[in-house]
Amino acid sequence: MTALTSPVTSVGSERVWRFVRENGVYLALALVVVFNLIATPNFASLRNLQLQLVQVAPVVIVALGMALVIGTAGIDLSVGAVMALAAAMVAIFVNQSPWLAVGMALVAGVAAGLLNGSLVAFLGIQPIIATLGLFVAGRGIALAFTSGRLVEIFDPTLSALGQNRLWGIPVAALIAGALAVITALLVRRTQFGRNVVAIGGNARAALGAGLPVRRVLLIVYVICAVYAALAGTLVTARSAAADPSFVGLLIELSAITAVVVGGTPLSGGKVRVLGTVAGAILMQLVFSTLIRHDLSDSDARMVQAAIIIGAVYFQRDRSSK
Amino acid sequence: MTRGEPTLQAIDLTKRFPGVTALDSVSVDIYPGEVHALVGENGAGKSTLIKLINGVYGADEGELRLEGEPIAFSGPRQAWEAGISTTFQEINLEPFMTVAQNLLLGREPMRGFGLVDVKRMNADAARLLRRYGIAVDERRPLGSVGVAVQQMIAIVRAVSTDAKLVILDEPTSSLEPNEVEQLFRVIRILRDDGVALLYVSHDLDEIFELCDQVTVLRDGRRVHTGPVANITRLELVATMLGREVQDVRSSGKTAFDIEGRRIGAEPVLAASGLTRHRVLTDVSVDVRAGEVVGLAGLLGSGRSETVQGIFGLMRLDDGEVRVKESVLKQGSPAAAVSHGVGLLPEDRKADGIVPTMSVKDNITLAASRSVTRWGFVSSSKAEALVKKYIDRLQIKVADLDQGVDELSGGNQQKVLLARLLCNDPDVVLLDEPTRGIDVGAKAEIQSLIDELAKDGLAVILISSELEDVIEGSNRVFVLKEGVVVGELHGDMISEDTVMDLIAHAATDQSEGGQ
Repeated sequence: MTALTSPVTSVGSERVWRFVRENGVYLALALVVVFNLIATPNFASLRNLQLQLVQVAPVVIVALGMALVIGTAGIDLSVGAVMALAAAMVAIFVNQSPWLAVGMALVAGVAAGLLNGSLVAFLGIQPIIATLGLFVAGRGIALAFTSGRLVEIFDPTLSALGQNRLWGIPVAALIAGALAVITALLVRRTQFGRNVVAIGGNARAALGAGLPVRRVLLIVYVICAVYAALAGTLVTARSAAADPSFVGLLIELSAITAVVVGGTPLSGGKVRVLGTVAGAILMQLVFSTLIRHDLSDSDARMVQAAIIIGAVYFQRDRSSK
Repeated sequence: MTRGEPTLQAIDLTKRFPGVTALDSVSVDIYPGEVHALVGENGAGKSTLIKLINGVYGADEGELRLEGEPIAFSGPRQAWEAGISTTFQEINLEPFMTVAQNLLLGREPMRGFGLVDVKRMNADAARLLRRYGIAVDERRPLGSVGVAVQQMIAIVRAVSTDAKLVILDEPTSSLEPNEVEQLFRVIRILRDDGVALLYVSHDLDEIFELCDQVTVLRDGRRVHTGPVANITRLELVATMLGREVQDVRSSGKTAFDIEGRRIGAEPVLAASGLTRHRVLTDVSVDVRAGEVVGLAGLLGSGRSETVQGIFGLMRLDDGEVRVKESVLKQGSPAAAVSHGVGLLPEDRKADGIVPTMSVKDNITLAASRSVTRWGFVSSSKAEALVKKYIDRLQIKVADLDQGVDELSGGNQQKVLLARLLCNDPDVVLLDEPTRGIDVGAKAEIQSLIDELAKDGLAVILISSELEDVIEGSNRVFVLKEGVVVGELHGDMISEDTVMDLIAHAATDQSEGGQ
């Protein structure tokens, strides 16, 4: 057991298969990009790429937080509702100061995360139930704040945040990219990241090793909600309107999809940050490609569903080996 | 002795994993009507051999024949259908179904329209149970009967579907002695019926009582096959360990050596009045630097609960734990760890190992003090720490990033010990550190405990093997029904005194009626 022997040829095909499975999301993404380069006119145009990035940025941000939560073997259904809450905060406070508005949106995120996290960490409620509360109530609260209306927002600072570009890249995409790097560092390089993975892999072992399990869980749900609040702020800024009825509607599903397609198992114990980003971009590109090639919206959704099921099937295979 | 044709022939089986040859050209013949023991240290290749036979893995080289016919399974299901049945340590049954439903799962007698003929099913099941002498009501939910009965039902289910070869992988590890007897009776009936049995065990007594043939594996190779009657215990142990007979004889029952421990004057950890309704009553134990304190008692006497209460894994109704000058916060393992207390859990899989993480991350999991700075893990520091403990504990790994779930039980146990020691604890609570691991790893862990005590650690040791506690401890607390019924030290510590206390000491509980 001292020296590593070279891999034997008979396990070679096994290794190739394993590589394909573990990097499936990147290969699929490459395939979709190549297909578009060949078959979709103007795909590689700057305008189209910018549009795709702007559209995918909020999903990426929400999915990053979701990946952490799923890494602990949890789930957060309330992210869409938290986006709506953030939008409502922006609408209320934007007339005083755009920065106060952003700040208050994030404060709403922290509050939502503390609520979710406390229910999970201290009361031991199952995450799906714990976050269902805010999933149902959050959007209602947001609508109450804005009296149930869409609030138009005219603020140069905010619209710059939503619509400007830096070096040709939309600001929202830059923020998403920065968060991806930060989250990846968190997972791979910090004790906190290892705690997250350990809790998802074996919560009793994490407790027995003396890890601060409750605190870590609380923080994970706060991060997830703050990311969602930021995504809600960016969507509001881009559309120059706070629309609590629709902002972030069904985004929890897109986020969970991105995480799972990206190779993070729903059972926890592993977090793949870059996979999550690739998963979000893949789903976005697949959808827009199908629309561009004249499939109806409903057909495109069915293809998305097939991808999700396929991804989960791959994972099942991996874990039962 | 003519034995006819072997039921199963394994011919030159070889299986390689990245970095390691798990099985190297191993041949075994298993004959009908014989119980064939398979023994070896952890990592010797027992599990790999079983997984090749029952179709979980495919062999890289070699051949398997079942009753003379070459076989190649693509999965355990196919092997099962061909007549090879494996009873794993964790048994796969449906706890909410009745005994009868479990016995006849998938081949229930039908009445037409897809309805199960419950009456006939129960009658069939009762007949099967009678035949193997298993006394249990077939209508009870399986989850409500004991582990031993569940295991026997798994075996009976296997053979009643015409299994030709039954593989028993450490079937007695969770059984009480009388249950073991019951299981052996069933195994002997099967043997007399002409079933071939492959029996994996760590327990020498079982092998000599039950088995006809024994095959010893070491480092992936077969080192011995022959009748059990032709080998002595000492020779078998020596073969397993790859040592000479006189080495084993001279080393005694355990590897403990309690000489040379320098025991401190004051307790490092003192627990007083630990109480939890129906579990512990006013339990007080303490341990000093350089001392090993054993907790003795039968299963369910409160041994494990005492250390879990100390460590904060189990809530207490009352009681206090002091470590040096400070009182530990109740119910918080994190507080215990930060005060220099570590627990090695009894159930490695459920409470210890994080299966999705690498060996390296499992070892350094709790070592944030020594491998992180500003919350960031220093991979060079982590690697140095891990290498140190892999060397010190002789953990067998292909590389540091190997998944911990690929290691054998003994090596996983060492990983958990390394995790404890990484934190530089003052007190370690070891709950069954040598359970379910092979003789060699056992001796290594016993020596390690010695070493730790000599280095000045305070150790609380729980073992269901009495000789571990007797030979390894400076003091022994004897527990019975959640009460400390005696504290022994020095020459008072012997199997006789401990067993006498367990057998005859009165507890308040027993006076109170139940």
